[in-house]
Amino acid sequence: MKKFNKIFGVVLASCMTLSLLAGCGGDNNTKENQSGESQNTGSQDDTQNADNQTAGGEGVFKIGGIGPITGNNAVYGQAVQNAMQIAIDEINEAGGVNGYTFEMNFQDDESDPEKSVNAYNNLKDWGMQLLVGTVTSGPCVAVAAETNTDNMFQLTPSGSSVECVEHPNAFRVCFSDPNQGFGAAKYIGENSLGNKVAIIYDSSSIYSSGIYTKFTEEAANQNFEIVSAEAFTADNATDFSVQLQKAKDAGADLVFLPIYYTEASLILTQANQMGYEPTFVGCDGLDGILAVENFDLALAEDVILLTPFAADATDDLTVSFVTKYQEKHGDIPNQFAADAYDAVYIVKAAIEKSGATPDMSVSDLCEAIKGAMTEISVNGLTGEAITWTEDGEPNKAPRAVVIKDGAYVAM
Amino acid sequence: MSFITYLINGISLGSVYAIIALGYTMVYGIAKMLNFAHGDIIMVGGFTVFTIVTTLGLPPALGILAAVIICTVLGLVIEKIAYRPLRKAASPLAVLITAIGVSYLLQNMALLIFGANTKSFTSVVNFSGLKLADGRINITGETIVTILSCIIIMAGLTFFINKTKAGQAMLAVSEDKGAAQLMGINVNGTIALTFAIGSALAAIAGVLLCSAYPSLTPYTGAMPGIKAFVAAVFGGIGSVPGAMIGGILLGVIEIFSRAYISSQMADAIVFGVLIIVLLVKPTGILGRNIQEKV
Repeated sequence: MKKFNKIFGVVLASCMTLSLLAGCGGDNNTKENQSGESQNTGSQDDTQNADNQTAGGEGVFKIGGIGPITGNNAVYGQAVQNAMQIAIDEINEAGGVNGYTFEMNFQDDESDPEKSVNAYNNLKDWGMQLLVGTVTSGPCVAVAAETNTDNMFQLTPSGSSVECVEHPNAFRVCFSDPNQGFGAAKYIGENSLGNKVAIIYDSSSIYSSGIYTKFTEEAANQNFEIVSAEAFTADNATDFSVQLQKAKDAGADLVFLPIYYTEASLILTQANQMGYEPTFVGCDGLDGILAVENFDLALAEDVILLTPFAADATDDLTVSFVTKYQEKHGDIPNQFAADAYDAVYIVKAAIEKSGATPDMSVSDLCEAIKGAMTEISVNGLTGEAITWTEDGEPNKAPRAVVIKDGAYVAM
Repeated sequence: MSFITYLINGISLGSVYAIIALGYTMVYGIAKMLNFAHGDIIMVGGFTVFTIVTTLGLPPALGILAAVIICTVLGLVIEKIAYRPLRKAASPLAVLITAIGVSYLLQNMALLIFGANTKSFTSVVNFSGLKLADGRINITGETIVTILSCIIIMAGLTFFINKTKAGQAMLAVSEDKGAAQLMGINVNGTIALTFAIGSALAAIAGVLLCSAYPSLTPYTGAMPGIKAFVAAVFGGIGSVPGAMIGGILLGVIEIFSRAYISSQMADAIVFGVLIIVLLVKPTGILGRNIQEKV
């Protein structure tokens, strides 16, 4: 026992000495202290801490990206990753932004909040200066809390739940869920797409229930009635016979699906099996349904998506983007790709406006870009003259596409 | 009218649970272990059919045959490598933990080979089903095939257990392993045979499940596996007719609670019913019926 105490004493003493040394190093040498920087946040030496984080850039802005490359929502993450790379390559080839270039590192989160925060920490180790992400809502909320603590600028291409941009450092390219629900109800009403509407939504998903709530609110002001509203949960997302039967019994001629494409593909198949043929309308979550392996595209015929991007639009920007995307990745880009492509150009515009440089600290960079975000107006794939409010929401006109012969067609 | 549709859908869903539950209950009855990898064998069956029918473009019958063979071999290999060496382990927990390990191994292997993207499964059922009462009742071909398969499997299994030598050996081993060995029954062989039958049934369940609900991911088997396990306990684990009754009841309760109570609360209600049944009859519905034990 005595021996153990002795050893323990020595170990303890050397630990203390080491930590003392580390402390000294931090004062004099900026690089050595990097591993400890996350523990320092909020302490009085904020300015010093900021100095420590400048190590990354020699004329390069390090942009991090996070999204599901594998898992249920993989189609979204892959699209975002591909499109971001295209935008970054374009910008770098054209001489960069204010003479600086972009460098990207994209991490997989499988659409899981915990994995997403891990990915965020990995990216910080890599030296990320601003984040374009995350792709799906749940993880985005979790990561937004982290970026807020670190005061890192965050622009999510497609995180649509309200909480994604609740912090002042976060902005988004797509519409928020409430705005999507609101827009969908309005669009269905104004274009008389249906008189009796049934809704099938995922009550365990923040995205789906957010749209659902706003949709029902706005539906009261529109000239259609909601005849059935049925939920399912993530654990129960294979059998939709009951929900569809109820919609059919209620005489619904339009079924609104504010859900993701995996479940939607099952709903379309099962509706077809039971011989039920209403108009199906979905939001951006349905984007990707055409990419489900072995899915019978005939089932998706005439499905309407409220999404701000149609790949067959004929304006120069869309044509050039779609051509490039097809050359590189073989398939037609979806809305997520368009959001991500816009996101990179929005970052570029904001950096140009603010005159930010890569040697600024993460926090200073965030303040500079944040200030510029409310002043810029961007012409992108997902809208003309998009502007932002201070609470991070974009202003742009809603659009819709319909699926014809296995492709999106603008309405 | 919709009541009848719900009932038929419930029986169809329950039939899939029942076929999976048979695997759980037979293995439990004979080896006194819970094979948590059973649900993932369903998924392997689904992917086998998907590969052969969709990727290679061969006829569905060949796919089903291959799925049954591959799953049977897989079940035997798992039993031989992962479970048999642990059968005499000091703690019965060892083999339970191994089963959970095998479950994750299978899921992650599928993730590695097929990726996590959802695949749409082409139904192996070709006819479009029945329309009754002027199209107000619509029974899909998948539903009919599922319910018929369930009845055939049930009848076949009952015959096998009660009328064949191997079946009698199973009964004997489940009654008393030691005594059965003394009577000259090959206990290890009998347990292996049980795993083989259970896994073959899992392959069929996988095909039926994916045909009715055509989405396939490496996690496809997980939730139905858990529900079927509940069904097995519900009906009385270790009892073959119990698994059948438990499975079908579970499916019907699930669909009815979704239809008439709340579509979000379906799972909570299903598991609530389970708790009540177990409080009233701790061994499950047919749990005391020792003659039927396998």
